Amino acid sequence: MAGILVFCENDDTTVELLSKGKELKSALGGQVAALVLGVAPEEKAKQLLAYGADTLYVARGDVFASINADIYSDAIAQAANNYGLDTVLVGSTRAGKEIAGMVAQRLGAGCVTDAIDIKLKDGALLVDRYCLGGATIASLTVKTPKQVISVMPRTFEASAKGLEQSQVVAFSPTLQPPKQNVVEKQEKKGESTPIEAAETLVCIGRGINDKKDLPMIEELAKAMQGEIGCTRPLTHDIQWYPESREVGLSGKKCKPALCLSIGISGQIQHTVGIRNAKIIAAINKDKNAPIFKTADYGIVADLYDVVPKLTQKIQAMGSK
Amino acid sequence: MDLIVCLKQVPDLQQIRIKRETREAVTEGVPFVFGEMDKNALEEAIKIKEKLGGKVTALSIGSPKLRDTIKEALAAGADQAFLMIDPQFDNLDSAAKAALLAGAVRKMGQFDLIFLAEGSADNYSGQTGPRLAQLLNLPFINYVKQVEPGSGTVRAVRNMEGHFETVEAQLPAVIAVTSGINQPRIPSLMQILRASKKPITELKPADVLANPSQVSEKQVVMVSNLAPVEQRKMVVLEGATDDNITSLVNSLVKEGVLRS
Repeated sequence: MAGILVFCENDDTTVELLSKGKELKSALGGQVAALVLGVAPEEKAKQLLAYGADTLYVARGDVFASINADIYSDAIAQAANNYGLDTVLVGSTRAGKEIAGMVAQRLGAGCVTDAIDIKLKDGALLVDRYCLGGATIASLTVKTPKQVISVMPRTFEASAKGLEQSQVVAFSPTLQPPKQNVVEKQEKKGESTPIEAAETLVCIGRGINDKKDLPMIEELAKAMQGEIGCTRPLTHDIQWYPESREVGLSGKKCKPALCLSIGISGQIQHTVGIRNAKIIAAINKDKNAPIFKTADYGIVADLYDVVPKLTQKIQAMGSK
Repeated sequence: MDLIVCLKQVPDLQQIRIKRETREAVTEGVPFVFGEMDKNALEEAIKIKEKLGGKVTALSIGSPKLRDTIKEALAAGADQAFLMIDPQFDNLDSAAKAALLAGAVRKMGQFDLIFLAEGSADNYSGQTGPRLAQLLNLPFINYVKQVEPGSGTVRAVRNMEGHFETVEAQLPAVIAVTSGINQPRIPSLMQILRASKKPITELKPADVLANPSQVSEKQVVMVSNLAPVEQRKMVVLEGATDDNITSLVNSLVKEGVLRS
């Protein structure tokens, strides 16, 4: 299995995957390359020169203006075939995940999506991903000569910028006309809060009775300089918060220093999103709630009694 | 419109327990259901049929329990079902599943839209849709939160991370829905009773694939599958007393994680 090809539409993740690629290269052999697709991909390639890729393959075309998974996967599969790159790593963004499946199908390759870790075992990759709705972590190995792995953003550390040592090679894939056209694009408004980057996260769930009580939580979050995250029912069922604040299997996976969980029972579908927090503290009135099994510190009590006192206490500390 | 909905039966995730000693998931005795998003996919097809007329066909691959599970889809409003059943079929690779689905779809003849969930409820791997569309060489519209079929075309809104994207494609097409596209209906008792009279056709891999043995070739092998080790301190205090709150705050300060 010689050579690794990295693709992600998002530069941060591309750098993370190149960093991991460099580490895996010693075992897999061959080179580590990245593919850059765009209307003016040279600019983007320039940003990536110093992150350890041996080669940056650059394909230019108006057809790459917006991400069409069919077209992108065709270009990626052709690059993998042309340059003998048998392991394809893509970022597991929504676009990346659909691209992964398509590239794999084109290459006749086995594929693992949403990887949360990649280890080396006997010269092959052992890939971890959540399984059974997040209850378990499956370790998987791809048996086909080629493999495609989509990796969750922020899984691997980005290595520091090094010397600008990548060679840039122009690549011209032969592409079919697109099977679908984008007729409109609408930015999501007010949904840009990057809760996955927050150092302090205050997570709330159905324990909050009324939307009118949210200011109470917001005051606490402000005192802690934290961002508010929530469980799926709050974004999907009662829609108190936008999807961008959803934490869990179908939402964001966060790595805060502190996650304070309030009124959350602690179903696995939510807790997978906070599993990587350094410290988890929980407030819940049910002492048998599973959240206390995944918490470092907990108070069993009505959140409506605890939150105001806690806010006051933290505010008093700040004013000292 | 001729509408096909691909569904996957999964053990009811709410009922899965973890064995504390071995960290293994216990799925024995857990009933099979269709995932929530699979129900969204079915509901969307039923809504289109109600509006434009036509037929909804449920298509599913799984272990023999599927003969029961499928009744849920027929009760909800699918007109007929095509099933592929084998004791091993709950654990097929995405590639094998997509090959079987593509084979079955070709066998079934004319259709306008294929619906499925953006990912299955258990693994959420999200490969079956993209692979199926590739095999059938059809447009694939993923993460769909709104669909409007027109004459010969379909328009759909995709829910991406930072934006919504409206796309247009020719029919036939494959559509993967995301949750929130609709509220799946709960079948009435009458519908449940009527469901048992709806036609079910069982297909074998050899009926739909030139090389049926490809189905048993594993592309991806599972080395282990265990609940992660929780290493938390679990210091839990009872009651909203001032002492307890002070203690919590002091602990968080000591850990160096409380900012104020």
